[in-house]
Amino acid sequence: MRPASVLLAALTGLIWGVVAMVVTGVTLTLITGEIALPQASAAGLAGVVSALVLVWRQSGEGQETGLRSFALSAGIVFLVTMAATFAAPFGLPLSTVPVWQGAALIVFVFAVTAANRQCLAGARFGAMSRYEREVIYIRIAKGIGFVFFITIVALPFYVMVMTSLKSQQALLANPLDLSIDLSQGVAGLFRSYVELFTQFNFGRYLMVSAFVSVATVVLTLLLSVPGAYAVSRLRFPGQAALARSVLLIYMVPAIVLVIPLYAVFSQLGLRNTLTGLLIVYPATTIPVALYMLQGYFRGLPSELEEAGLMDGLSRIGVILKITLPLSLPALASVSLYVFMIAWNEFLFAFMFLDDPDIFTLSRGVVSLNSSEVPRQHLMAGAVIATVPVLVIFLWFERFLVQGLTAGSVKG
Amino acid sequence: MQRREMWLAYLMLAPTFAIILLIVAGPLLANFWISVKPVQLADLRPPTVLVNERLRGKPETAGDSATLEYRLRNSSRDEEIRDVVLKDEIPDGFSAVSMPEYCSIDGRALTCAIGTVEAGWRDRLRLEGTVSESFLTADRPERESEPVVSGDANNVLTSLEFTFENFQRLFSADEFWSVLRVTFYYTIFGTGGALVLGLFAAQLMNTAFTGRGFVRGLFLFPYVSPVIAVAFTWVVLFDPFSGSFNTLLTRMGVVSDPINFFGQRAIEFSVFGLPLEFPLALSTVIAFEAWRYFPLSFLFILARMQSINTDMYEAAEMDGATPLQQFWYLSLPQLMGILSVLFLLRFIWTFNKFDDIFLLTGGNAGTRTLTVDVYEQGFALSNLGAGAAVAVVVFVVLVTFATLFIRFSPKEEGL
Repeated sequence: MRPASVLLAALTGLIWGVVAMVVTGVTLTLITGEIALPQASAAGLAGVVSALVLVWRQSGEGQETGLRSFALSAGIVFLVTMAATFAAPFGLPLSTVPVWQGAALIVFVFAVTAANRQCLAGARFGAMSRYEREVIYIRIAKGIGFVFFITIVALPFYVMVMTSLKSQQALLANPLDLSIDLSQGVAGLFRSYVELFTQFNFGRYLMVSAFVSVATVVLTLLLSVPGAYAVSRLRFPGQAALARSVLLIYMVPAIVLVIPLYAVFSQLGLRNTLTGLLIVYPATTIPVALYMLQGYFRGLPSELEEAGLMDGLSRIGVILKITLPLSLPALASVSLYVFMIAWNEFLFAFMFLDDPDIFTLSRGVVSLNSSEVPRQHLMAGAVIATVPVLVIFLWFERFLVQGLTAGSVKG
Repeated sequence: MQRREMWLAYLMLAPTFAIILLIVAGPLLANFWISVKPVQLADLRPPTVLVNERLRGKPETAGDSATLEYRLRNSSRDEEIRDVVLKDEIPDGFSAVSMPEYCSIDGRALTCAIGTVEAGWRDRLRLEGTVSESFLTADRPERESEPVVSGDANNVLTSLEFTFENFQRLFSADEFWSVLRVTFYYTIFGTGGALVLGLFAAQLMNTAFTGRGFVRGLFLFPYVSPVIAVAFTWVVLFDPFSGSFNTLLTRMGVVSDPINFFGQRAIEFSVFGLPLEFPLALSTVIAFEAWRYFPLSFLFILARMQSINTDMYEAAEMDGATPLQQFWYLSLPQLMGILSVLFLLRFIWTFNKFDDIFLLTGGNAGTRTLTVDVYEQGFALSNLGAGAAVAVVVFVVLVTFATLFIRFSPKEEGL
């Protein structure tokens, strides 16, 4: 028996007991709307006892580590938790939302047991080498990492969607109740969305955003394909310097351009127009597109193009008939990427557009951010702005991730 | 052939060049110009003579006299307008008897060369005359044609009037130095946070497990979603009165009073009697920055990790290196290249960031960075010149960074 080894096992159990209890308790609260008071210390105690028993059994000779051992650990977690909390593990009487509480309890018990067994596999009370101890530290850190990252990413999006489905009264009564209230019917559930489309003109914003984004993609490709081809294939003085300096444009902050553009566009009458936006957006996306495309064009075998030239095609013919068909994947990822930049753009839309008839979605959602508009509308607006990009992103994730790591991302 | 290729290349690059010169390089230079000019937001509307036409007198039968009156006003209170000329069509059936000597009528076309008018000038221009039958039967005949006034005025933007007042005021304000400090805190900690989170996430995802593709997609959500959506979600989530997060904390007894994450400048506390301040709103904004941009560093670091040769780790394992030693002595040196490139890029982009802070706090509660200050000076306070002066500072700091980085950065890889 080494005290350090015992301590390590106890600490692992403590961490998982507390983490699992807090996570299941908060999740239970958010799903049902009942304020749970997760009994973290009791759960920690249960985790410790279970972890110690687990390691004690592993330390003995000839133990079996199958289903029976799992059931034993889980049973200990369950019994200790129930005993230490007087049968109210979430600080709620068992009669409120019994099904959910039961489910949460099962998840909790299972999570603590599984996490302990994962982390403490191979642990014992006797002397352990530094290597063996570090393996356990890393398992704990990774486990906490997963819980942490999934929580911080999923929670805001969950809150966004659920808030948009609530009514004003329900939100005021209990801000923690982020359950789906089916009693208000489908129409009631989606009331905020219906109101946004009927009273707040969101259908139009959606169309404008789609138009502006697609037009930006088309303009960007039209301008950057010839440019990228020239930089990657043709020899001319200044080629190398140009290829390198393209990305410098990328470092120029939009806010520095806003004042002069605002001044000039105001005087030219371009400010409050979509034409104005369609001049500015491609200018900000062309450097990225040009950089991504020229990298791809360079990777294509130049023999194919030379063969085309030999056979009497002009340069333009070679580009249209050979280079572009070969670079469809790159064109797709550039298009998607430019589409996302244009769709998400906020600063210029906010500064330039005053007329609600030509608001993009970003601009439209900002106009919802006032004390007169209830926040479920704001969240519904946020959902409407997010869903198209996320759908596109998930659909074409492979392309996009390649495009992103191809070394050209702005944010 | 060579020459033709060169000209073809220039031709293909010309549109890109044109649009970048026009929209990026031009405005960059224009900023310097505007920053040394006393330009207000209202000056963007050039001074003009406003005109209002009406008929005085009540002619009832043909031959009655009536007066056509033009009320004129200089819209600017501090700029004169030169060569003011009014042009209009006299209504059908109105014959002028007397008019100011600087006016002339050719057929029905009236031209009045008013000349130079000073700032704040107002005047009435009267045409006395008689009306005929056709005038009386028409409904408001004077409304048929709109009077047009032309004139030249100094445009503040193009005049040669310069001032250093914008910069003087900027540097003498105490606020500027605190803005600069906040900018650096935000940039350094925001970049560092995103990088550390990205490194951690990449470590997690560098092992195969079921659902890895799904989790990777999920991790990228904060980065691909529109900034307005995620920023407002954070604002709603952390709202002190109705936000879920504060309700959770108070109901579960973690804190007694809700915390105003985006509205409170600082929390005061003392360590061993030493009073200290924790900049709350700034920290929340930095947390948002790290949250929103960790996916980017995560992707790059993961891509690099997966390209590291595994033989090395096997050899280290044989030699008895522990997992932490392997990370510290093998993985980290391999990742140093991509980490420093990411740091440089993110440092510059974080420094340039405007949307996030503007949407979260509007630059209040001690979170005003230089970029938000550009907006604040130029548009909220309507002083375009001052805003441009801040923009010049932003640009100068940026160029300094870029030069330093290019000098001292390791050879970049894959970027």
